[in-house]
Amino acid sequence: MARVSVTTSEEQAVVIPRSREEAVAAFGAGDGVTVMGGGTILMPELTSGRVRPERVLLLGRAGLDGQKEDGARLVIGAGVRIADLMDAPEPLGTAARRVGDAEIRSQATLGGNLCATAGADYPRGDLQAPLIALGATVRSAGAGGEHVEPVEEFLAGDPSSRLVLEVEVPTDRRGAYASVGRPHAHSYTILAVSGSVGPDGSDLRLAAAGAGPKSVRLDGPDGDPASSAGVALADDALASTWYRKKMLPVLVARVLSDLKENA
Amino acid sequence: MNLTINGVEHELSSPPLGSLLAALREEVGLTGAKAGCQQGGCGACTVLVDGEPVRACLLPLAAVDGASITTVEGLGTPEHLSPVQAAFHQEYGSQCGFCTPGMLIATHALLQRTPSPSRGEIEDALRGHVCRCTGYVKIIDAVEAAANGATAASGAGA
Repeated sequence: MARVSVTTSEEQAVVIPRSREEAVAAFGAGDGVTVMGGGTILMPELTSGRVRPERVLLLGRAGLDGQKEDGARLVIGAGVRIADLMDAPEPLGTAARRVGDAEIRSQATLGGNLCATAGADYPRGDLQAPLIALGATVRSAGAGGEHVEPVEEFLAGDPSSRLVLEVEVPTDRRGAYASVGRPHAHSYTILAVSGSVGPDGSDLRLAAAGAGPKSVRLDGPDGDPASSAGVALADDALASTWYRKKMLPVLVARVLSDLKENA
Repeated sequence: MNLTINGVEHELSSPPLGSLLAALREEVGLTGAKAGCQQGGCGACTVLVDGEPVRACLLPLAAVDGASITTVEGLGTPEHLSPVQAAFHQEYGSQCGFCTPGMLIATHALLQRTPSPSRGEIEDALRGHVCRCTGYVKIIDAVEAAANGATAASGAGA
């Protein structure tokens, strides 16, 4: 069936692709296209009038919501709801369980969380760091066709110029997660550290969410908490730089200890 | 866009990127779901879409074309309260009432899924619903009462 296109009185086009191929074609090179997954981040912007997109791509019916195991990798569609990631490989599962509340988790999608930009005075995208820690890769479409790249490289680019199709996470790593408690269900992460090691306990990867506008990899030698020295820690309404600087090594130490205990 | 709302079919002409909440309140005239924060953080607009509780303020109308919506008006009537509504009434689970529609819908969905929830499961299910009056204790008591069926029989007008 052809995609449904509706034009409102304000000349906003809404495109609802019915397949992955239609979604890729409708996104094109991404020029002037605003993508909506579950709507939990974008809808308040539209309702308040802070964002007035010309063309909105609603992905809910594009068939991007499947998950399948492929050897030691789990392939997760961009449209998979966060509620369906609560049992994903750690530390992704724990981070998913701590996103928002039950209704938000059943509306919000993996792709939306991955592409979330920082809010006015808080970071968003609490699943970015667990994905970096797991060494996940992103398959996306846009100018130049489909790319597959590590999550940290995807985030270092311009996520808004790409249409995320799926994310692949390894299922044979061990993970751990430690975070500062949230003041309430709708707070974004103040600071959280995600870590994982390979099946033989080597190849440690650590990443932090809430340290700045985007999640970052902590790439010090063997997770030396001093590695946090290179991270630009945010100073915002949720926590001061001073507080984050004190807490980051504590969270790193907890993750390392959990990874050792569960070896 | 065509929606079935509380069992009645509607053809709506609200903007496709307007929220389901705005369409319900302003076009259909069902004002039970409340426009609180309008950014997903208060829970007062929660409705069922095809049986699942969602934030009506976070859903563009175009995304729910063809869906079946249940608002608080669809749970019961003043003469015949639903078991959940009767329990909230009897247990003093509502004061100013602004959060109550969202609480009722979330509780209804919880009990459909988990007929005998623990107190922790109730807290998890209602975690996204903000109440500035009750301190939550009586709300959670009401959910437990609804689950126990303690007030189902006495119901309305009690």
